[in-house]
Parts: sequence; C-alpha cells; structure tokens
Amino acid sequence: MRTVFYLVQKEFLQIFRNKTMLPLILVMPIFQMLLLSFAANYEVKDLKISIIDHDLSTASRQLTGKFAASPNFKVQSASFSFQTSMDEITQDQTDLLLEIPAHFERDLVREGHVPVSLSLNAINAQKAGLASGYANSIIRDFNAEFIAKWLPKQITQSAPSGQIEVTYSNWYNPRLDYKTFMVPGILGEIVSLIICFLTAMNIVRERELGTIEQLNVTPIQKWQFILGKFIPFWIISLFIMLVGLTVGKMVFDIPLLGSLWLVFGYTAAYMPCVLGLGFLISNFADTQQQAMFTAWFFILIFILMCGLFTPIESMPDWAQTANKINPIAYFVQFMRMVLIKGAGFQDIKGNLYTVLGYAAVVNALAVWTYRKRV
Amino acid sequence: MQAIVVEQITKSYGAKGAVKALDGISLSVAKGELFGIIGPDGAGKTSLLRILATLILPDAGEAYLQNLHVVRDYKRLRSLLGYMPGRFSLYQDLSVQENLSFFAAVFGTRIEDNYDLIKDIYVQLEPFKNRRAGALSGGMKQKLALCCALIHKPEVLLLDEPGTGVDPVSRKEFWDMLQRLKSWGITILVSTPNMDEAELCDRVALLHNGRILAMDTPAGIRGSYERPLFAVRSDEMYRLIQDLRQWPGAYSCYAFGEYAHLALQQSLQGFDTQADSVMAELQQYLESRHHTGIEVLRAEPGVEDCFIASTKDR
Repeated sequence: MRTVFYLVQKEFLQIFRNKTMLPLILVMPIFQMLLLSFAANYEVKDLKISIIDHDLSTASRQLTGKFAASPNFKVQSASFSFQTSMDEITQDQTDLLLEIPAHFERDLVREGHVPVSLSLNAINAQKAGLASGYANSIIRDFNAEFIAKWLPKQITQSAPSGQIEVTYSNWYNPRLDYKTFMVPGILGEIVSLIICFLTAMNIVRERELGTIEQLNVTPIQKWQFILGKFIPFWIISLFIMLVGLTVGKMVFDIPLLGSLWLVFGYTAAYMPCVLGLGFLISNFADTQQQAMFTAWFFILIFILMCGLFTPIESMPDWAQTANKINPIAYFVQFMRMVLIKGAGFQDIKGNLYTVLGYAAVVNALAVWTYRKRV
Repeated sequence: MQAIVVEQITKSYGAKGAVKALDGISLSVAKGELFGIIGPDGAGKTSLLRILATLILPDAGEAYLQNLHVVRDYKRLRSLLGYMPGRFSLYQDLSVQENLSFFAAVFGTRIEDNYDLIKDIYVQLEPFKNRRAGALSGGMKQKLALCCALIHKPEVLLLDEPGTGVDPVSRKEFWDMLQRLKSWGITILVSTPNMDEAELCDRVALLHNGRILAMDTPAGIRGSYERPLFAVRSDEMYRLIQDLRQWPGAYSCYAFGEYAHLALQQSLQGFDTQADSVMAELQQYLESRHHTGIEVLRAEPGVEDCFIASTKDR
C-alpha cells in the first residue's frame, strides 16, 4: 500500500508541474459549461416573420399585433405581394410568412372561418417545426378571442361551445428553463471526457517516453501500478464535479434537489468506468497520438448518443441497445434525475448497479489486456 | 558461484520469427565481474539485456541471475536487479532528487540507506538536485540513471549502452565509477558498441548477428589474433586502402583512425624474422602506385581488429 502512495504522490507531482495540463483540467470544465450551456440552446426566439395583410381590417391587425407581441416572433417586414415576401425567404432574410387574404374580417364574421396561409423556410426542420407550432398557437389564441368577442352575437346556439381545452403544467422544470436541463448533463459529459482522456494519455505517455521500462524492472505489481494511476484521476474527477456544481449553482442557479452525498457517492462509483475505459484504450496504443484518436472516436460517439442533445427514447431501437454500453448515458441520466427531479437512492439503484457492473467488466478487460511483460 | 548464467537463449521477432535477434547465446559471469557485451548496432545486445532484466521472454533457453530464473522467479529477481535502459527512461518532469526518492521508495528503501554506494556519483549530481531530469546534460542524465539503478543496492547491474550519447570525458568518468562499483561485489553486465571500451572490462563477449564470436579477457581476445598486422598511412587514404586490398599479400584492409590497418594472409608464426623485408616490399609497392607521405608500422591488434577478423572469417 505504501508503494501505491508513492506512485500517487509522483503522479500528483507531475500533474501539478505540468503548466499546460493543470489549467486545462481546471479551466476547461468551467469554460465548456459556460459556453455550451449558453450556446447549445433549443429555444427559438426572434423568428423573423413577414406579413402580407391584404385586408388591413381591425381583425387582421389584431392578428398581426399578436405576432408582434410574441417573444417568439419579430415582424421583419410587411408587404402586399406574396412574391416580395417569398423572395425574402429565398434570401434567408425571413423565416416564415403569413398571408392574410382580402375580406378576412368580413368572411370571418360572416362565414365563421377563413383560411390564412403560413409559409415556412424549412431548411432547418427543427426550427420550422417550432415556428409552425408557435404560429398555430397564436392563431388558435386569436380564434378563441375572436369567437368570444363577435360570434355569440351573430351565430345561433347551434355553434359548438363545449370544446375541450387543454392546459398544462411542466413538472420538475416549470419554466422550461433550458439551462436547468442542460447544465447537469453537460457537467456529466465533461467530467467523463476529461477523465477518460487523461487516463489514456497518461499511461501511454509512460510507454512512449520509455519510463514504463524503468518501472517494470522494479518490484511494483500490476495492481499497484493501476491503482497508482487511478487514484489521482479519481480524486481529480470528484474535484471537477465540485467545481462544476458550484459554477452551475452560482451562474445558472441549477436546482440541486437530490442529496449531494448521493451525487458524489455515485460519481465515485461511476468514475472507474471511464478510468477503465481510458486504461483499456491505452493498452491498444503505443503513442499518445494513437491514444488520443482512439479515445476521441469513442468519446465523440458516446457524447452524441448519451441523451444530452437528443432524447435516447426517440432513437431507433438498435441505437437504444447500443447505448447500453455508453457510460456517459448513465451518468447524464443520473445527474438529471437527482439534480432536477430530486431522485433518491431507491430511484437510481438500478443505474448504480449497472454502472458498478460496467466498471467491473471494463476494468477486468483492461487488466487482462495489460501486459506488464511483453 | 556464477552470478549470471545464460544457456542457449534464442529470441526472434516479426512474423514467424523472421528476424533472429539472438541465436543460441550461452555465457556465464562470475560474481563481482565486469562483463562486456561488445557488438555493433543490431547485434542483439539490447534483446539479451532485456531478457535478463525480465522485460521480455526468450523463445527458448534458460537464464539465471543469482540462481533465480528470469521467467519463473521474475518477481523475486526484480528486487535484486538494477537495470539501466539504453534510452533515458526516468521522469523528465521530475527533479533529480524526486526521481531518486521515487525509485528508492518503490524499492522499499530510502536514499540514506544506500547512500555510500551512490555517494561518489551523487556528489556530482548534487549541485543540480532541484533541476528537472529532462534539463540535464547527457552525461548527467547517465549518472542519474545509474544512481536510480543502484539505489536499492542491487546484486546484479545491467547497463545497456551507457556510453552512447555521452561525451568522452563523461564516458571515462562513468567507466571509472563502474570499476569502483566492482569493489562492492556487484556483478556488472554492460553492453557497448565501442570496441575500445572492451579493454575496460574484465571479460568480454563479442556479439554479432545474435551469435557470440568470441568470449575471453580483452588480452585473451587480442592474443588470439593470428595474422601480422600493419598500420599504414599516406596522403591519399581512400586510394591507399583500395591499393592495399589489391596487394597480393593482403588478407584484409580497413580504415582504423588515421591509419589503415592491413592484415596479411600469412600466419603470425615465424613472421618476426621476415617482418622487415615485408615492410620494405610494401613500401616499394605503394611507391610504385605513386603514393606520397607513406608510413608503415607494425601494429598491435586491438579488440576491434579481432572483431573484424572474426566476422570476416565466418
């Protein structure tokens, strides 16, 4: 055990002496959290709308006024020709156009229904979908108000009145704050990424510089060497979590509903997964360059599929199955459950056992492929 | 007791053992002996040392250090073995002091415990003890590596090309240190491509293409040289060598420092009486080839001459 202590001591000496790595370990997580949480945002604001109002009546102005008042839309231009507005879409100056036909008000009062046309720039399908959703809800809103105001006087009792109205309340994230949702996930992703890279690179570095040769002729045993590598990075991972959660709370005011003991306890249990993964990668690389590309290959896939950016539930079945070996997916799921939803030990038990099993398998593989003697 | 015993060690690399690095090597080194493995690059020196250092496994054959088998007893062997790889393998980002303390610690000892052993070397490093190992000169790196290999007072010391990349003065100092280490009863096996360093060993083995050409004391190896040898020079060395090779009495001729060494075909036996006439004949031959500044001397064969002769004889 004393040998492990000396190995850990040596490792920390080297880490603190490395003038490039140390700031990266500390600054990178904070920087990424700030940058990604502000930038990676699905909320669509200020959709540029062009309005063609052929009617210019009280009703049509009421409708356009509703668009102008919405935080989601910004009235970019108004014209009287479909072609002019369409050109603006072609030139990417507006995102959608709303065409209100002539006699809009008259027909609405008289007939009870009028078609309006909505044309969307759907190059970015997600944005177009959201725009259409927002626009529809505004129009629906307008309908309801208009019916309440005008139609009861005109239309007889036979008009449909007992409609189903849907109201909703958002649980766990009542204001649908995007950052509440993203920050815990991003923190989980960053910690996994840094630790996996650090471990893989560090072990390969010993091989590349030949220092492992000198270590191998000492009586250091396999398990001592591995623990000597794992413990420093394990401590660093907990430290990054601490810094990350502090930044998350202070800058983004993310909810910390669950127990922090649980968060750190789980992190401590989860980290051997990524440590083992880094170790495993290092066994198949002779140079830091090889290690970096191999680690990059896996980490990139893991990050894109971990449910941080797109929900795992909406992925195809094969992808969901593949995600069973994605450690980051477990961590991101855990972070969201505990921090946002306030899940307790009983709720994350399954996740925890999976991660423990995962760590055992990965590390067994890593130890098995690690050959102290060539 | 023999400190190192190697029996028929074979090691190949590549697909289906395409490259034979060691081809049935056998040798034994007595306790407290300074034994040299001499051979050019690619002779198999490093492979042999790495096998003895328990870093790689031989394909066939047995090797024992202090009666411990290099494969079966490698765990016990590692604590009484000091190994200095050919490439500087200490932590470049740790200081001299930190490297030394670290290696002492992993061997379960402290610098103070075996300070006597490394004192001579360490005093030279002391002024730089807070400098990072990576910032040391080649000679200082070598001394630090030796200190680290000695810190646990090993019984056997394996040094892989300690003289490579080091200036001649540091190299001389280094060999002086090895001589002093012998007095502690440490068995030292050192590999080197420099034939002149062979003279500093108690016994040497000449290694070539994975085989041992000769194994003896340096004097014994020199004594086995069977041909008359001349050192010849003129103003045009390149043409001189070409011409000497064409001389009917020549066995071989090669550049050797500022002279060309010429070995004759005839045997050394009874040559002394004819020496003067042969030299006159040689002088005449070279003059007929329009050489100027001719100098012909009898030369004492060195280990390098023996090495060249035995590779040519094979």
